[in-house]
Amino acid sequence: MGNIDRTTMTRRGLLARGLGMTGGFVIGSGWVAGRTAAWATEVTAIRPETMATLVQMARDLYPHDRIPDENYVVAVKGYDTPDQAPMIEEGVALLDGTAADHGHPNYLGALWETERVDILTALEGEEFFHTIRSGLVTGLYNQKSVWPLFGYEGESFSEGGYIDRGFNDIAWI
Amino acid sequence: MSAPFEKTDDSVVVIIGTGAGGGTLANELAQKGISVVALEAGGRYLPEDYINDEWDSFAQLAWTDARKAVGGWRVARDFGGLPTWIVKAVGGTTTHWAGASIRFQDHEWKALDSYGAVEGANLLNWPIDGAEMAPWYDKAETKMGVTRTGGRPGLPGNNNYLVLEKGAKSLGYEKVHTGRMAINSLDYGDRIACQQTGFCFQGCKWGAKWSTAYTEIPAGEETGNLEVRERCHASRIEHDDTGRVTGVVYFDADGVEQRQAARLVCVAGNTIESPRLLLNSSSNMFPDGLANSSGQVGRNYMRHVTGTVYGIFDKPVRMWRGTTMAGIVQDEAHHDPSRGFVGGYELETLSLGLPFMAAFLNPGAWGREFTTALDSYENMAGMWIVGEDMPQEGNRVTLDPDAIDQHGLPIPVVHYDDHPNDIAMRDHAYERGMAIYDAVGATRTLPTPPYPSTHNLGTNRMSERPEDGVVDRWGRAHDVPNLFVSDGSQFTTGAAENPTLTIVALAIRQADHIAREMSAQNI
Repeated sequence: MGNIDRTTMTRRGLLARGLGMTGGFVIGSGWVAGRTAAWATEVTAIRPETMATLVQMARDLYPHDRIPDENYVVAVKGYDTPDQAPMIEEGVALLDGTAADHGHPNYLGALWETERVDILTALEGEEFFHTIRSGLVTGLYNQKSVWPLFGYEGESFSEGGYIDRGFNDIAWI
Repeated sequence: MSAPFEKTDDSVVVIIGTGAGGGTLANELAQKGISVVALEAGGRYLPEDYINDEWDSFAQLAWTDARKAVGGWRVARDFGGLPTWIVKAVGGTTTHWAGASIRFQDHEWKALDSYGAVEGANLLNWPIDGAEMAPWYDKAETKMGVTRTGGRPGLPGNNNYLVLEKGAKSLGYEKVHTGRMAINSLDYGDRIACQQTGFCFQGCKWGAKWSTAYTEIPAGEETGNLEVRERCHASRIEHDDTGRVTGVVYFDADGVEQRQAARLVCVAGNTIESPRLLLNSSSNMFPDGLANSSGQVGRNYMRHVTGTVYGIFDKPVRMWRGTTMAGIVQDEAHHDPSRGFVGGYELETLSLGLPFMAAFLNPGAWGREFTTALDSYENMAGMWIVGEDMPQEGNRVTLDPDAIDQHGLPIPVVHYDDHPNDIAMRDHAYERGMAIYDAVGATRTLPTPPYPSTHNLGTNRMSERPEDGVVDRWGRAHDVPNLFVSDGSQFTTGAAENPTLTIVALAIRQADHIAREMSAQNI
């Protein structure tokens, strides 16, 4: 029994094997969908599993519980190109390998965010980590569709600024 | 002779750069009937062109030519290719600036006398003082329409200001107001009053903020004495056997090398490009760079002690609404060494939009400590620290021996290390800033690191003695009689104040001097 890979015997290991992944499901050749089926995207250059892992990684780096998966998908979709694919596949393999070192079947098989954060922390010095993290700063937060979730209103010039629309409307001070 | 001018016309004054210094100087000289060719590396953008979207505006306006940031400052780690956040456009960084227009305090003109020698610092007194500058400040404030001067009322306080004011007054601070701002509180000149739109950093779409792009430059052009050549990047200043400058070599909009003859040359390309140009103009006569017999060209780079404090509250603030920097606490701006440092600092309201907040709140950070702060973006208030940093010889702009730009010119390397005085001041300011927000009930406060530099000063400093600096009391090069420096690089020390008003006042004064000297045939 001592030789059995414990990661495959744990509940989470079995779950991960059974589901394939927790971040998203492969729903057909070249397609990957979210856990809740709220999003689905076609991939052309990277593997569907790789996209699902990237989306989870993006959420773990910049977790906002009110931002839906779609925005994280948009933020990393640009890596699905023939040019980027080798770097991404290699990076996700590194991520899965590090997850294995931490006792998980793969990155998505680490079910708690804190477990995945430990994996990411171990990779902080890697170029792959740096590329994904820094890309998200613009890739995620510069999507106008996420701004309302933070209360941010964007430009106001088209509405005449805030001079008559609450530039000094703070009432609790 | 009227604009446009021949490239062989050696009667013209050539000004390099059209920002606060160069743009003001160009108009002032043109108004006096002097022929001016202004070379501007950037294109022309006016209020209708400005984009109220942070990244799109950055792509439109920011100076993003190759540069390196090195040294111990955190900007080198976070933004190694972007030491500064300044503008490449007609109007220079007056498109981006926030409008804060405060005078130096009298003691700051004499930093060495006021503070004494500080170990590791290259402190020096300015050869001019507050009394001499007072009338030029008056003219600058009138030109720019600075609020709370000349009878002009202050701007109304926005939400971000109201939080700052409440907290600061709770701590007993008294010099708390909506600032002296070159943003109109009432219609003034040809500019309308501020519409509280935000996006001051992206160019004011109402033109309520003073910028040379739509004030000085067109006013100068109307005289027929000013020709602005856009997208022309100066690469070298040439001189004759007597050591007088004779013209400027530049790359035009098509990348073709051109030469404009000159009676005199004024360098105003901002504190990185100005010393870079002088260093790139080395010759047999000036082997260490033009006007560099002192060895001080490029040295004493200053960028103010900065940092931002954000406070998070349990209710909305919506700090982005309204004038970005119309709010100031001046009670810590004085010199009081009992605080553990020399010099002082101002605290000024500041906000970023969500995209830039994500980029600058804590560069490199990730995970929930970071994202839960952003989740409270709507409930944030922000203030910026602006304090006097120490000039240090080792903080300097040099030419990269291994990298060239799109014109084949060596790129600038900007080295900066915080002085212990800078660190002590920043820590003090963080603590005070956090206390201000705590006094209003902040549930969380964030001492945020410096952004790429917008205040860039000191690399061609003014000095009484030629061996101590690059230019004299008029901004004229000690070594070259018809070469002037007209931007913030002539600052001997940085003081605690946002520099634009002082740059403008110096430019008005310099124009007066140049006109007088030209008329007397002295230059």
